[in-house]
Amino acid sequence: MGEETEKIMPNGTKTAEQLAVEQREISISEFFEKNRHLLGFDSKIKALLIIIKEGVDNALDACEEARILPEVYVKIEELEKEKYKIIIKDNGPGIVKKNIAKIFGTLLFGSKFHKLRQSRGQQGLGISMCVLYSQLTSGEPTEVISSTGKGEAHKYRLKIDVKTNSPVIVDEEIIETIDDWQGVQITFVCEGLYREHRQSVLEYLKETAVSNPFARIIFDAPTGKYEFNRGAEVLPKEPTEIKPHLYGVEVGLMSRMLHESKARTLQSFLTSEFTRVGKTAALDIIKSANIWLTDNAGNKIMDDKGKPIPGARISPSKITDEQVRSIIKAVKEVKLTRPPTDCLSPLGARLVEEGLNKEVSPDFVTAITRSPTVYRGWPFQIEVGIAYGGSIPEAKMMRFANRVPLLYQAGDCAITKAVQTIDWRRYGLEGDKLPAGPVVVFIHICSVWVPFTSESKEAVASYPIILREVKLALQEATRKLSTYLSGVRRAEYQAERMRIFERYAGETAIALNELTGVPAEQIEAKIKEIVSKNIPALKEEEENGEEGGEPKAGPENG
Amino acid sequence: MEKKAESQKPVQKTDKKLVELGNDVVNQIKQLKNPNISLPIRALSNIFFDERSGLVRLGQKTSSRTYLNTAHTRKFMQTLLIAAECKKIKNQQVTTSIRDLYYAIKHTIGETNENTVEEQSESDPIIEDLEAALNTLRENLNLKADRKGYVAGPITIIDSGDRIDCSKMGSSGWAIPSNVEPEMIKFEKCSADYVLVIEKDAVWQRLNEDKFWKKQNCLILTGKGQPARGCRRLVNRLHTELKLPIYVLTDGDVWGYYIYSVIKQGSINLSFLSDRLGTPAAKFIGLTTRDVNTFGIPKNVTIKLNQGDVKRANEMMKYVWFKPKEWQDEIKNMLKVGYKLELEALSAKGIRFISEKYLPEKISKKDFLP
Repeated sequence: MGEETEKIMPNGTKTAEQLAVEQREISISEFFEKNRHLLGFDSKIKALLIIIKEGVDNALDACEEARILPEVYVKIEELEKEKYKIIIKDNGPGIVKKNIAKIFGTLLFGSKFHKLRQSRGQQGLGISMCVLYSQLTSGEPTEVISSTGKGEAHKYRLKIDVKTNSPVIVDEEIIETIDDWQGVQITFVCEGLYREHRQSVLEYLKETAVSNPFARIIFDAPTGKYEFNRGAEVLPKEPTEIKPHLYGVEVGLMSRMLHESKARTLQSFLTSEFTRVGKTAALDIIKSANIWLTDNAGNKIMDDKGKPIPGARISPSKITDEQVRSIIKAVKEVKLTRPPTDCLSPLGARLVEEGLNKEVSPDFVTAITRSPTVYRGWPFQIEVGIAYGGSIPEAKMMRFANRVPLLYQAGDCAITKAVQTIDWRRYGLEGDKLPAGPVVVFIHICSVWVPFTSESKEAVASYPIILREVKLALQEATRKLSTYLSGVRRAEYQAERMRIFERYAGETAIALNELTGVPAEQIEAKIKEIVSKNIPALKEEEENGEEGGEPKAGPENG
Repeated sequence: MEKKAESQKPVQKTDKKLVELGNDVVNQIKQLKNPNISLPIRALSNIFFDERSGLVRLGQKTSSRTYLNTAHTRKFMQTLLIAAECKKIKNQQVTTSIRDLYYAIKHTIGETNENTVEEQSESDPIIEDLEAALNTLRENLNLKADRKGYVAGPITIIDSGDRIDCSKMGSSGWAIPSNVEPEMIKFEKCSADYVLVIEKDAVWQRLNEDKFWKKQNCLILTGKGQPARGCRRLVNRLHTELKLPIYVLTDGDVWGYYIYSVIKQGSINLSFLSDRLGTPAAKFIGLTTRDVNTFGIPKNVTIKLNQGDVKRANEMMKYVWFKPKEWQDEIKNMLKVGYKLELEALSAKGIRFISEKYLPEKISKKDFLP
């Protein structure tokens, strides 16, 4: 706000020019400074979780991209009441020097926003938001140490200039590393509150250990040290990048792509920037969108036969917003092949089972990976795991999107809604809507673009196809559990019968001894022999009880 | 000495049956078979009404109480425990009550916190099972139930060697023991013309006070509600051995009618004993709902039928032994007029109305239901 704005007209009104100066653009950093709840920083407890979550997600993504088995160290230290120091350290590829300040000091910087590839973070908003939150609550800069190996590391202490959305480097130095360590270590100092309840850092890390069984995670908490060791030594298949599919593109994204595209014509823009669009399909879309070659006056140019010529050769930069809307509309009328699904990287049934086995120690575990499918042009895939018995204390649902645990907003999430449609009793479990008893239900959606209901990325939007896929996967997995349970119940039933038969053997033998004089021990041994001989062969003959339900008429005194 | 020999005969027979039961089970066990005790089914499904004898009888159906059936195992053990205990008390030549027996066999099973029997209600039905399985009487197992019921009138009885003149029993009468078998109870002398069996003790006391038995030269007997088996056995013996007619007086309601039917034909539960407990020649004096008009009983002492009465009345109309036309008419009439009446209702006509008017008139006119 310059001094000029102070000049006020004699009558107290302002000129349009003066107002224009006031209406300056608000920077994205300023916006989030005022609206931090939009990213989930709405409570001190949750703030700690968000910082850990962003740091760990980035660490795991970086390791996977570099095909390194992740080892992540997390430390939360209470400095004073409600003020904490948080350290997140990984063994990833590190960040090149020139990008460090940008990545941590600029909101919306990062490669992920324009890239379509299954990864944990999606907007590149997260980690710099944590830097902003730290400086807002403690005034302290965030310390970042990055090494790409080679024995040395770059250490930065930085803040964000909220007016310009750019990094402010407080100081920087080159330090030596031990044992050629490679990776990133971030240290935040911020306000927070550490708790170990259901939606806590500890729960988040535990669930992360389930969905990333190939990662080793060490957590140095204020309450003690937790280690989540690997259950597998292999990384899942590397996801490949894909271009967007036209079915999933909205007006804003297409406008931006049109302006950034290097393609010379509309037709080549469509075939090169999107997946599954051939020349014919592109031409059909252009015709359907009613885009034709025109002369300078805006009249359609006709060909030899007097027909209008489709606007295939128009430069992408010349396409108007009106025409973009037409294209988006036209896309729905043109049949396009579904996008390729090799861009997805599910864990696979075996890794899901490993993860559950090592973290919840069940008696039984099973997992299902569905075939990939598509919602609105975006490929996605559902995985479900069910663990039962063993050390599971109570029923729990674990939701994941691209291997990231979703702890909040369970009620709004498509996954929860799908779980609630299952008739658990039909499968021999207790519980209405959500299962009860010693059971963990693991549901994972992976997609290049998980449709979250909000920016805080805690609930999956309820597309019918997503609900359906989750339900089918759950049914298949639960059927397997049901088969297992009926076996267990048969065994328990036989064991209970055995106990009953053995319990009365001694008394029966003593009574028979009094009646016949045959030694009781001899009779008891024989009875036990009969019991063990007959147990497996016995069927439900109990149903035909001798004291049938016939009413005895009238009162009777003996 | 001669008496003693006679009384020991059935005792030895039952002794033998107990040992046979044990041997049978032990033999099955030795052959590694699932041990099994065969029991007659004592329920409506295995009961039939024997028109020729006029008795409720037990059918041929039996059920198996098998060891390898979780619903039976505990009862299987209890059956043998009771059999063994009965053998023991018989060897000691004592009789005990069924409550004594319950305590005698009750103890904790091995290392468990479970008892062999928890309640007497668990052991009592098994005693009946054992009686039915061995086709014997509980008295022959040296068990006795609580005594119930009283007699007064011109009869002299020898009870365990003591001579009892039932016309000299004051206001209380002679208490009927649980065991009235001939080896315990003998009839020495009887001059009565008939036996009046009265449902209610209070009415019995009224008649005893009025010396009704003296005026009518009869025996008056009450079972105090549903008569115990000792009482029913005594009625049976008075009829079969002394040829005395049996007249039954109960409340004019479905429960009274059922008590009459048990005295007459025997009960479902003890149908295996009907020969000894039932007296098919018994006749029903009253009360009937028709008595209200016949004797001018005021309507205001009648009681409205409740749902249970109606339901039971409909059930009873289906029993073969209530099929005679007179009974069908009576039950239908009760349902039609919608009331029942208690014996005490007769007092509305005066305290001695029952002994001086109602009973003499009914008996002299032979106004009975079959």
